[in-house]
Amino acid sequence: METLVYKRPESLLKDGHFTFCPGCGHGVVLRIIAELIDEYNLQKDTIAISSVGCSIFLEKFFNLDVAGASHGRSPCVATGVKRCKPDKFVFTYQGDGDAATIGFNETIHTACRGEHLTTIMINNTNFGMTGGQASATTLAGQVTTTTPAGRNPELTGYPLHAAEIVAKCDGTAYCARVAITDTKNIRKAKEAIRKAFEAQIKGLGYGFVEVLAACPTNWHMPPVEAVKHIGNVIETVHPVGVFKDITAKEQL
Amino acid sequence: MAKVLVKGNEAIAKAAIKAGCQCYFGYPITPQSEIGEYMGRHLPELGRTFITAESELASINMVIGAGTTGTKAMTSSSSCGIALMQEAFSAMCCAEVPGVIISVMRGGPGLGNIAPAQADYFQALKGGGNGDYKLIVLSPSNVQEAIDLTYRAFHLAIKYRNPVMLLADGILGQMMEPAEFKEYPYNDPDVSEWALSGADNRPARNIVSLHMPEGALEELTNRIFEKYELIAKNETTYEDYMLSDAKLVLTAFGTVGRVARAAVKRARENGMKVGLFRPVTLSPFPDRDLHEAAKKADMILDLELNKGQMLLDVRSAVFGACPVEFYGRTGGGLLTPDMIYSKIEELYKTLDSKKEAGVR
Repeated sequence: METLVYKRPESLLKDGHFTFCPGCGHGVVLRIIAELIDEYNLQKDTIAISSVGCSIFLEKFFNLDVAGASHGRSPCVATGVKRCKPDKFVFTYQGDGDAATIGFNETIHTACRGEHLTTIMINNTNFGMTGGQASATTLAGQVTTTTPAGRNPELTGYPLHAAEIVAKCDGTAYCARVAITDTKNIRKAKEAIRKAFEAQIKGLGYGFVEVLAACPTNWHMPPVEAVKHIGNVIETVHPVGVFKDITAKEQL
Repeated sequence: MAKVLVKGNEAIAKAAIKAGCQCYFGYPITPQSEIGEYMGRHLPELGRTFITAESELASINMVIGAGTTGTKAMTSSSSCGIALMQEAFSAMCCAEVPGVIISVMRGGPGLGNIAPAQADYFQALKGGGNGDYKLIVLSPSNVQEAIDLTYRAFHLAIKYRNPVMLLADGILGQMMEPAEFKEYPYNDPDVSEWALSGADNRPARNIVSLHMPEGALEELTNRIFEKYELIAKNETTYEDYMLSDAKLVLTAFGTVGRVARAAVKRARENGMKVGLFRPVTLSPFPDRDLHEAAKKADMILDLELNKGQMLLDVRSAVFGACPVEFYGRTGGGLLTPDMIYSKIEELYKTLDSKKEAGVR
């Protein structure tokens, strides 16, 4: 007797082939999101908000309604959608250049308002789509095209710790940082995104999951080395963990 | 319904609610803060959405979110605040997202001052946003017209899936006068064919402003510009005040149009054949009608509270049919009926002498 253990999520387009670089983390996270939307049977009720960066082409991958936002503004577009359609499931998909750099003010205020929506922020510590410039989350010492000698905090400041700050906002219901470095951690990432989704479904407030993901092309590393680099180096600056979770309390 | 005494800013807010505005997203700025205050008092009690956003950037992008669901939404701001929204106006035109923007102009450039001005005509019509796009821009000259054009703004936004700006100024925003709130007179089209609502028993939709495949953006922009042609054909309006035999035609928009009207009346009483051409839609601009008026006139006098912005569109419409003079003030300075009348007298004298000399 055959048991189905793997199938393509309905929330992904049948012909929506990922166009990311080898070793990039985006595909893994988009698949996790699609699986969860299927599991909660939310496909017909979901409006996804894309952003600017490698996170932009959601409509090419998702079999979901998609609204596009300008750089950094997806939480505002999501707020407009959710306030008009409170019965819909709304999430933003952003990178660190978008959610933590040009749009961090929007991220913080969306969290403080406790909007009933979810943000998935891919943190690969650089502006990937434009060719690997330093972003707000770039590590001290990290070599990028705009910090060729390594990021010098005396000149360009320190990395911004998005999840830790978002967790401090009263309207945040769930906030975590995860790393998609191996099967075990990918499963943990899925559980974190599940909790952030549930925070919205239960009407508890804003859910935010920062996902540490590899950018082998701009890090100038082979994919396997890039993934190891997350655990060995990036997590020492941007540690994984759950920084806020009121979903657990609500279940008691 | 009887007339009530109402302040311009509050009249616009009340009209928006009567037009079915479900959401207001805004950030305070003088001289239009009463709009947000009115909305903050009344929208929540109607079960509608009011948010004081973190910035004008956030406000207009929340309007985009509401617009993608086909919901009537608006923001309001003034000069330097509107400047921050330009990127979103461009995106809305490209992605065909409806929304209403109330712009109550103050003195500029820079932070300028909080006196009334009209120096954001370029900002509204020639845009600071990127790419080929056009807002629909409506220009009220009194509180009643502000109400009626607010209704019209919501209708046009949904009808054409384009942002519509009501371009008012600080005089209108802060002025009280009697006005009537009639019922919303329009039938709005169904939005369910395009609005985002979740891919329920239909293919997934997207409303985005990035179009990368070769030729796609040109094809899209050409189609949207055909829509602008249709809007120009269907929606262009202007006020004709004593134009039929006018030798001197004044052009003015908004509250200056109203002041000019008083000066025209006085000039007529004193035997001068003067008329007023006041565009009500600045975009689409009533260029063909203005050209026809110019062909019958000896001179155009353009009046604005700026250094000459609508003047470019006036000259373009007149296209040499008669000379065009400009008289304006800037930085919050105002034009009074007396000042305009004096200018009319001065120019009117030259018309006969020019005619005698065969100058056109």
